[in-house]
Formats: sequence, structure tokens, C-alpha cells
Amino acid sequence: MTVRLVLTLATLFLAPMAHAQGFAGLGTDAEGFAIPERGRALVFPQDHGAHPEYRIEWWYLTATLTGEDGQGYGVQWTLFRSALAPEDRPGWDNRQVWMGHAGLTTTEAHFSAERFGRGGVGQAGVDSAPFRAWIDDWHMTSHAASDQDAFDALDVHARGPDFAFSLDFTAEGPLVLQGDQGYSVKSAQGQASYYYSQPFFTVAGTLDLPGGPVAVTGQGWLDREWSSQPLAEDQAGWDWVSLSFDDGHRMMGFQLRGREIFTAGTWITPDGRPTPLADGAVRFTPRQHTRINGRDVPTHWQIDWADGGLSITTEPLNPHAWMDLSVQYWEGPLRFSGSHSGRGYLEMTGY
Amino acid sequence: MTRTALGALMSHWRRNPWQLAMLLAGLALATALWSGVQALNAEARAAYATAEGLLTEGGAATLEHPAGQMAEAQFAELRRAGWLVSPVIEGRATLGAARVTLLGIEPLTAPPGAGPALAAPDLQAFFAGQAFAHPQTLREIGATEMRLTASEAVPVGTVLMDIGQAQRRLGLAGQITRLTLAPDQPADLNPLATLAPDLRLIAPGEGATLDGLTQSFHLNLTAFGLLAFAVGLFIVHSAVGLAFEQRRAMFRTLRALGLPLRQLTACLAGEMLIFALIAGALGLALGYLLAASLLPDVALTLRGLYGAPVPGALQFDPLWALAGLGMTLAGTALAGAQALWRLWQMPILAPARPRAWAHASARGQRLQAGGALVLAGLAVVLALAGSTLATGFALLAAALLAAALAVPLVLSLGLRVSEAQARTPVAQWFWADSRQNLPRLSLALMALMLALAANIGVGTMVASFRATFITWLDLRLVAELNVTPASQSQAEELRAFLAPRADAVLPMLRVDATLAGQPGQVYAMTDHATFRDNWPLIAPVADVWDRLAAGEGVLVNEQLYRRAGLTPGRATLDLPGIGPMPVLGAYPDYGNPLAQAVLTEARFTAAYPDSPIRQFAIRSATPDALSAALQDEFGLSSSQIVDQAQAKALSLAIFERTFVITRALNVLTLSVAALALFAALVTLSGMRLAQLAPLWALGLTARQLAALELARALVLGAATLVLALPVGLMLAQVLLAVINVQAFGWRLPLQIFPGDWARLGLWAMLAVALAAALPAWRLWRQGPAQLLRVFAHDR
Amino acid sequence: MHALELQALRKSFDSAEGTVAVLRGVSLVLPAGQSLALTGESGSGKSTLLHIAAGLERADGGQVIVAGQDVTALGDAQMAEMRRGQVGLIFQQFNLIPSLNVAANLSFQARLAGRHDTAFTQMLAQRLGLEGLMRRYPEQLSGGQLQRVAIGRCLAARPALVLADEPTGNLDEATGDAVLALMLELTALAGAALMLVTHSPRLAARCDARAHLRAGLIEDAP
Repeated sequence: MTVRLVLTLATLFLAPMAHAQGFAGLGTDAEGFAIPERGRALVFPQDHGAHPEYRIEWWYLTATLTGEDGQGYGVQWTLFRSALAPEDRPGWDNRQVWMGHAGLTTTEAHFSAERFGRGGVGQAGVDSAPFRAWIDDWHMTSHAASDQDAFDALDVHARGPDFAFSLDFTAEGPLVLQGDQGYSVKSAQGQASYYYSQPFFTVAGTLDLPGGPVAVTGQGWLDREWSSQPLAEDQAGWDWVSLSFDDGHRMMGFQLRGREIFTAGTWITPDGRPTPLADGAVRFTPRQHTRINGRDVPTHWQIDWADGGLSITTEPLNPHAWMDLSVQYWEGPLRFSGSHSGRGYLEMTGY
Repeated sequence: MTRTALGALMSHWRRNPWQLAMLLAGLALATALWSGVQALNAEARAAYATAEGLLTEGGAATLEHPAGQMAEAQFAELRRAGWLVSPVIEGRATLGAARVTLLGIEPLTAPPGAGPALAAPDLQAFFAGQAFAHPQTLREIGATEMRLTASEAVPVGTVLMDIGQAQRRLGLAGQITRLTLAPDQPADLNPLATLAPDLRLIAPGEGATLDGLTQSFHLNLTAFGLLAFAVGLFIVHSAVGLAFEQRRAMFRTLRALGLPLRQLTACLAGEMLIFALIAGALGLALGYLLAASLLPDVALTLRGLYGAPVPGALQFDPLWALAGLGMTLAGTALAGAQALWRLWQMPILAPARPRAWAHASARGQRLQAGGALVLAGLAVVLALAGSTLATGFALLAAALLAAALAVPLVLSLGLRVSEAQARTPVAQWFWADSRQNLPRLSLALMALMLALAANIGVGTMVASFRATFITWLDLRLVAELNVTPASQSQAEELRAFLAPRADAVLPMLRVDATLAGQPGQVYAMTDHATFRDNWPLIAPVADVWDRLAAGEGVLVNEQLYRRAGLTPGRATLDLPGIGPMPVLGAYPDYGNPLAQAVLTEARFTAAYPDSPIRQFAIRSATPDALSAALQDEFGLSSSQIVDQAQAKALSLAIFERTFVITRALNVLTLSVAALALFAALVTLSGMRLAQLAPLWALGLTARQLAALELARALVLGAATLVLALPVGLMLAQVLLAVINVQAFGWRLPLQIFPGDWARLGLWAMLAVALAAALPAWRLWRQGPAQLLRVFAHDR
Repeated sequence: MHALELQALRKSFDSAEGTVAVLRGVSLVLPAGQSLALTGESGSGKSTLLHIAAGLERADGGQVIVAGQDVTALGDAQMAEMRRGQVGLIFQQFNLIPSLNVAANLSFQARLAGRHDTAFTQMLAQRLGLEGLMRRYPEQLSGGQLQRVAIGRCLAARPALVLADEPTGNLDEATGDAVLALMLELTALAGAALMLVTHSPRLAARCDARAHLRAGLIEDAP
């Protein structure tokens, strides 16, 4: 759910093109890039790999963790792909631009780091079988057995100037297709992407912090999404949550902030059956703002899903979970309470 | 009161506009030459900073392979190991009408320093072949199919582009020249020595920096600027001193009227400050123009000699202007200090005796003689004990100053002898009068002597260098053709093609290496008569060529031999990847700032197997036919094939350019000295009427007197020229045997060029005649009326 | 033959107030070996008359005859030759050549005129009391000494005509009288005629004849 993020990345690199066409241009006319179509079945393990014919794509991993010290932690590992041309040429002629983001949140601090690279020369990329996504020494590598899904067992590593983490992700449930069998609509005008998740990870590993290593365990969530025309012209940002309920349910929800608010979500049972939530079903209400880098960011939310009897308020582990990178946004772990309780991850862009 | 006093003081200048003009001209010229040279230096240094900022991506450390190239796979391997490195490829290529350095970078991983060049971060266009170059480079390239964008952030002569595009243009697919390291690397990585043992880590600032290479060139320029400044100050000093003498009576009157000495001194200091500011501003404008007109030549020199990318257009830097003005003020203070000191010492009722100082100078002469002796002694000590560039220049300064101080003494002695020899009364008077007026002219004559000596010295050095260089070039450039292959594969094809068609195909193989702690290169040499017969060697061991061919040792260039003190037969040189090798001999290698070692091709390729062939030297009896065949067969461009005549012409052109600035500054210094003489003669001519009037009354015509005045200037000028000759030769010897060795690393034999001296003598005499012409002409035309006024003023 | 003969001499100068006629037809004769005092107020034209007689300046009209030679229309070079050969000049100051010593100054004009006589010059030096000063330079001499050197130099060349412009003007009365007496005596000894420009009637009285200039004309003939 980081459409805008990659678009911003694309804007950063493709200023003249974006200026010439506007974001609407990206949404409506895909310049030789493939466009998501409703009804195309996702095929694995192929779709775990890269789709160079689509403009943007990401492998987005978050984890809510608890240390041996009893403290709460959050980790984000993301590999973005942004294509300048819809093909994957070898060598320096490659036009696939890769960007890695890593974040680590503690109650006291928030660490972030980024990496850039070009495809085709081995510095960054994604292989589907055996599955491996990497940029530099950051990687997300599958060590699942051959009869398992590649995402069933992942080891993940990233390193910044003042932090690092190495974590094992083990899936306890199936992949979940978001939207209509993986076809996720993003606006009332019909912009869409392919979107599926693995929301059932248990996580164990080590965080390297300035104070020393911390052994952690917890839960993880992987989002996979790709598209060529993801946002409507007027959509300026979004708020996205992934929630793990104490009773084993999962829920994904987002709102896209344009002239109209567009919302969508998925209710997921503990055994992995998804129920898509249509536009307007979920309501996001900001409850408290935090001043970060001169912006007011709504870090505390009330989220209501009336049909499901859900009404919760969220509280961030650290309200200053700001990704202070080339593309800036808020991304961090949270706890929620109210009609239900549990832990989750919040991402907010466009503030 | 101050204003009244200042007004009275200033009235002197109204009545003596020539004196004022000289004072201002002297100051302005001194400022102009000094600040002009400084502007040139600053511009060049700024260009180096730009170049190094871009080439080393903001002073980052780099990883290099001894062969000069590495596989690009090493980039991804190191990235995958966590090292933040970025690949760079660099090479020479012909674009449009220019030969340029192609610099290929990878923008996504390049450290931020490389960013400024990418004014518009249009990644898409950059990947697709958009390239950036300095506007001057764009002009030099002219029409081309490439998408070139102007950017001031790219050094002149370099074209910046995406690494993939650069690899393709250089024919080096899959290869990179170096990896730059981001300043902050993650902790706990596997060490580079383990990951890439074949790569060398070059710390920022290590290696051959342009600043280091060009230091001697800039030191030379600065020395010239300083010399010109000093000569200019001579003018100022004499003008200020004269004005002081002429205003003695006024000072006395002002003080008698109640003006405190302190205030009078302040007034005079204020007066000088005003002049300094006016002349300083004028001088800065002149200096800027001077620098702007010399910069293209300086840029060509620096590019030719060191490959330093200096643009031909000058920027204006306010800091430079301030520094220049500061120098003017300091110079004025120096030149005026003596006058102020004398004012401070002058008793209130000192008689106004303008002629007193001529005789009071006897004590001054003794002091001068003492000073000359001390400086000469210092020069001797420096010559014997000094061993750095700085002591070399100090030696020059001491010797030149000693010689300058000795000028009036020697001239005075000569005039005394001539006076004793004189038979006619007019001749007797001529010599006596010349001697009496010598103190007033001595500063100007010292300046003239310095300028002439600098001319002779530098001229002799350049001519000696040139003669040696041409001989050396003829020996060195024996290959009829030099061919540059576009790629390694083409190199192999060329070798196969040429082998049966040419008398010899001598590949040029080279790796960069640190030799005896200095940035340098190792070359491979094929054993061939081309080298055996033609390379002049310094202090070779016996059977040097056979031993070299047997791989028993290396030859080093003269620079390395002298700087590192590598005596052939005794010393060894550590070669990377090989270890210590005996030094078998040294060879002259003029014009190369780097250390160099040569070893046999077999040992070279064994030690550096991946090194590409950069050029072939081809011996052939039919070079034209071969050249045509190469063009037909391989489609080689004309810039890839250089014949012997072209190579010689190119080398000579670079050589000639190197000294264009020297010559220009020489001419300017001589002009300033002539102006100093002119100033002295003009100011003197006003005072000389009273000395000449009796002679006129006694029956000499104004015309005769004018002729005698002109003759006096010429005689003094000629005598100064004669004195300048040995001083100039001494200067040349120091330049050749001390400065050149320290600055460039080669020692050249002194050769004598009397024809040049004759030409210089002619010019000098012309300059002196011009300087003396106006006062003499005025004496002739207005003589009777002016001279009569001396007697009419009598009452 | 007269040493100097001036006929109807006219001279005017351009000044800020317009053209000023300094000499308006002066005629005058100085016989050989005689002395003549020319007196007059400041600005009466005494010096101008002397400068014209010496060939330093040219008249606007009239005739100048020196030792029988009409010099009115001579060119610069011939005029200088006339000065060298026929005329001796003594001024109030600026007489001597500062770069030459007394000995050289004394013999300078005689050698210039090609009439150097060592014995005669030595005699003059002796009479003038300069023997002990021969190696000194002009600026090391007193005013009286300077004038005695100037007289000696002038007479050593044995000119036909000596022209003296206030030669004792810088000296105190006693020294001035002594110098003048010496000058008169030695001029007579050298057989030269003397024209003495002075504003002092006392000095004028010691000459053979006197002429007084007023408003550009000779007022009373001797």
C-alpha cells in the first residue's frame, strides 16, 4: 500500500516525464507498460518475482516485535522497483531502478536507511525461484522447502549506519489475495493494482542497536503489490493499517485522501479466508496529531467498521516513527484497543 | 587645519603631474602584474578543485586495480558484501572535433559529490545517453550526434555520462576504471583485503593530485608576479622619495607655521593611502584584463603539461580583489616608509638642500655594499646547503637582490674610472655628472638590471631546455606511426595485422603504480633497436640493454632517479606485484610530471596480465601506405593514427605553449622596468635644469645638452645590460640546475645563445632610448627658455 | 674695436597684463678693456639686456655686436660658439657645475674655448685665494668662495667680454666689495671688458662708466 511512495520515487527520477504527463498521465495511459486486469489469476511462485512490464512494484515486510527485555519494537524492510522502461535488459542498459528502505522503531528512537541501485548488473533485483529479493547486502531470501510456498520461510537482513537486523519469518497461514482475487481497486475512477499478502508470519531474530544486540520475537506481515496506474489524479496521500487481533484475526484497511475519501479493506479469518470491505465500509478518524519536521501527522486513530462491530483506537509505539529519507513518510508499529485489541503497523504518506 | 595642510601638500602633485602619473602608474602596474598572476593561479586552482571534486567524487577514497581496469562484476560483489562503492570508468575518446576524457558514473550509487554536474536529475535521459560538459568543451567538440548539456560543474575537457554509455564509447564493455568509496561505510563488514585482494585502496588526496603536480608551475608564476611587483615598487619608492625631497621646504614651512609633526606625518600617510586606493583599483582592473588575456595560454599550458582541466574564461572573485588591494597598500607602505621615517627624523629647521642626499649617500653606499655582500653570502650558503624548491627560490631571491644592490656601486666605480680617463671638459663633466646623479637613477637601474637578468636567465633556461628537448624528441619519437586501438580486441587484431606488414610493432603497456612513494607508472618495453639505439641514458650500468632484456632490472626516468636518489647499479625499486628490482639506468623524460619505471615486456605481462595495450609504436619504411591500410582495414579514425611528424609537432607545440606565459611576463617586467627608468628620468629632468644651465651659459647648445642626456641614459642602460648578463647566466644556471631539478626532476645543460642576448640588448636599448627620449626632447625644444628661467629666477 | 655694441635694442614679453615692453630702443657701447656699470630698478630690464648681450636671449629688434661680430642673427649653434669663445658670464648663483670640483670648474670654460693655460689659471686661483679648495665640490664652499671660483673660471677662458649679473648680490657688503675689487683688477689683467649689472650705486661708482636703465631706455649716458 505504498503506491504514492513509489510514485514519488518515480517523480524524483522522472521529473520531466511526470511534469509532462502529470500523475493522471501515469494513471490513465501506461506508455507501453502493462495494466492490471480484473480476473487475471495470480500464479505462484512466478508472481512472487518481479514484473518488469509494470511500472512499479514492491516487497513490503513489517513486523511487530517484543524483545527479551520486554520492550516493544517494530521493523520494516521494503524493496521497491520503479521501471523506466517495461523490460528487463541485461547490463547497464537495464532501466529497472531499485530502492531499498529499512526502518527500526523502538519506544525511544526510530532508525531508517535507504539504498539505490540499477538492475541488470547484480546489485539489486528479485529472483522468483529460488526466491530472493536483494539490494546490496540487504536481502529477503526464502529457505522454504521445495513443496512449500516460497514465502513460508524467509530470512531477512538490512543494515543502516547505526542499526541492523537479521530476522527469520515463518508463515503460519496461507497467502491472502486482497480485493477481488488480488485485483485491488484504488479509486472510484477504477485505478487498480495486483495485491496479495502473507499476514501470518511469526518472527524471531536479532536487532543490532547502538546499545547492543536484542533478541526479538513477534509477528510479521508481507505485502506484495504491482501496478502501472495506481492513483487517481487528485489523490494526495493515504493512511494504511495492518492489524493482528489477539484472537488470531487479521485486517488490512486503507483510506486514499483525494477530493473524496476512498477506503478499502480486508477482514481475514485466522485460517486465511478474506472478506473484502467495500469503499466506505471502514472509517478512519484522526484522534491525535504529532508535530514532526514541521508537519502535523495524525499518529493516533479511531478506526470503525460498523458492519463488523469494530471500533478501535490505535496508539503508536513511538509517534516519531518518521522515515527521514529521500521519500519521507511515517511508518511504525502500534497497539489498538476498544471493541478489539491487538498489534499492528501504520503507514501514512502525503503529510 | 588638516585640510589646509593636505591641500598644500597636494598642490605639489598639481604642479608635478608627471611625478604623480609615475607614482600611480608604478603602483597600478605593480598591482596589476601581481594580482593578474594571482588571478591566474586562483582560477587554475579552482579548476583543479572542480576536477578533483568530480573525479574523486568529493574527495572520496577509491579502489583501483594495478592494471588500470577491473571487471565491473567486482562492483556488485562488493556491494553485495555491504561495501558502499560506486563504479567509474574513465578514458580518452574523440568527440566531434575534440579529444576529451569520458567520465562514466553510476548515478544511483555515486556519492553526493558527483551530483552537481547533474543539474536536472533526469535519470531517464541520463541513462539514455545525455552527457554533461563544460561550455568550453562543448565549443571545442562542435557538432556531434550526442546529447550534450552544458554544465560548469564539469571540468574542461571532460564529458560526464552514464557508465554504460561511456563503456560503449570507450569500447570497454564490462570494464571499470575504479570504484569510489562512500565516506561512511557500515561497520563490521568483511575487510576489503579479503574481499578484493587485487584492488588497491587509494586514500583521498593520495596519488597524483593536480595541485601537487602543478605546484611548481604556479610557484614560477608567483615568483614572476612578485618580481614584477618589486620592480613596480621601485617606481613608487623613487617617486615618493623625490616628492619628499622636493617638499622638504614645504614641510619646514608647514611645521614652522604650527602644524604638529604627528599631523603632518598623518597627512602624508593619508595622501599615500589615497594614491594606493586609486592606483590599486586601477591596477586590479588592469590585472583582471591581463589575467583574462593570459588565461587561455595558461590553460593550454596546464592542459598540455599536466592534463589539468582549466577553462579559458576568467571568473571574478571579490576576495581576489581585496587581496590585491591589500598587497597594494602593503607595497605603498613599504615604498613610503623611508620617506615618512626621514620626515619624522627631520629637524624643524633643516636647510632645504636638495642636493644633500647625493653626497650623504656615501654612507648609504657602504650600507648597500654590506647588504649586497650579506645577501651574496646567503646565496652561496643556500646554493651549497639548500635542497628544496623553496630554498631554490630563496637562493634566486638572495642572489638577485645582491646583484641589484651591487649595481649602483659597480656603475659608480665604472663612472669614476671613465671620469679619470676623460680628456675633454665636456666628457669629464659627462662622467662626473652621471656619477653624481646615479643615486637618483639607481633604483630604476636596479629594476632594469633585474628585469634584464630575468629575461636573460629565463630566456637562456627556456632556450637551453628547448634545444635539449628537440634533440631528445628526435631520439624519442623514432616510430614512424603511433596507433591507438579502440579496444582490447582491436589491439589484438591490429597486432596480428601489423606483424607481417611493419618492421616492428612495439606495444605500449602501462599500469599505474606508486614508485618509491611517488605517484607513477610502470611501462613495458619490447627489446628492440628502436630503444637501444635511441634512448640516451644517464649513468647506466654496463650492458644495460642486455640486462634489461633479460629482465634483470628496470630503467627509471630522470625525475624518479633524482627525487628518490636511485643510483643505477646500487639502488633497487619496489614494483607492485613484483618486488624489488635493481635500477639499471635512468632516462630523460621531459614534460612528464610522474615517476616512471620501464621493464621488459615479458616481466610486465607476467606481473600485470590484464593490462590493456594502449598504443602501438610502429616502425615501417612505408608509413603512409600502412596508415592508409589501417584506415581501410579497421576504419581507424585520424586521431587514432599519429605519424612521427604529427607527434613531434604536437610535442613541440605543447612545449612552446608552456613558455608563452613566461615570455609574456618577461616582456611585461621589462616594460615596467623601462617605465621605472622613464619615471626616474622625467622626474630628474625637472631638477636637472639648474645643473645644466651653467653649461648652457658656458656655450653648449640645448641640442648638445639633450644629446648628452640621451647618451647618458644609453650608457647607463648599456652598462646595466652588461651587468645583467652574468647575473642572468647565474639565474639560468640556478633555474636549470636547482629549480628545474626540484620542480620537475630533470637537470639540463646550460647552453649559450648570444643571438638572443643581442636581440634583448637591442630591445633594452630601445626601451632605454624611449624612456630617455621625452625628457631629452623637452630639453632640446624648450631648453633655452627653461634654462634662462634658472637665471631669471635668480633674484 | 668695442667689446660690446648695442644698437636700438628692443624686447618685450607677453604677460598676464598684455605685452610689456622691457627694452624700448637701448643703445650702448662698451669699449674693450673698459668696465661699465648698468644700474636700474627691479624690473627695469637690466638682466634682459645682459642676457641678450650674452646671447642667451634674442632681441625683438636692434643689433648686438660682440667683439666686432654682429651676433644678432646667429643660429643657436653659432650663438653657443660665441658664448664659448667671447663671453664670460657671472651670475648671482648657479654659476658652477655641481658635479665638478673647483679645479675642474676653474678650467672648464678655458678648455671648452680651447684656450686653457695652466699657468694663467693657477695664477688666477692663487690671486683668488682658491689654492686650498681645488679638490672641493661647489656645495662644500661658502658664497664668497663660490663667486671667486665663478670669476676665476670666467677669466681663465680670457673672454673679450665679461658679463656679471649682481655677482655680489648674495654676499655681505665686505665680502662683496672684496670680490668686486678682485674682479675689476683681474678683468683688467685679462684685458677683458666688463659689464656689471647692479642695483648698488656704490658698486657702480667703481666702474669706468655707468648706465642707468629706466622704463626700457638708457637714462643718462656716462
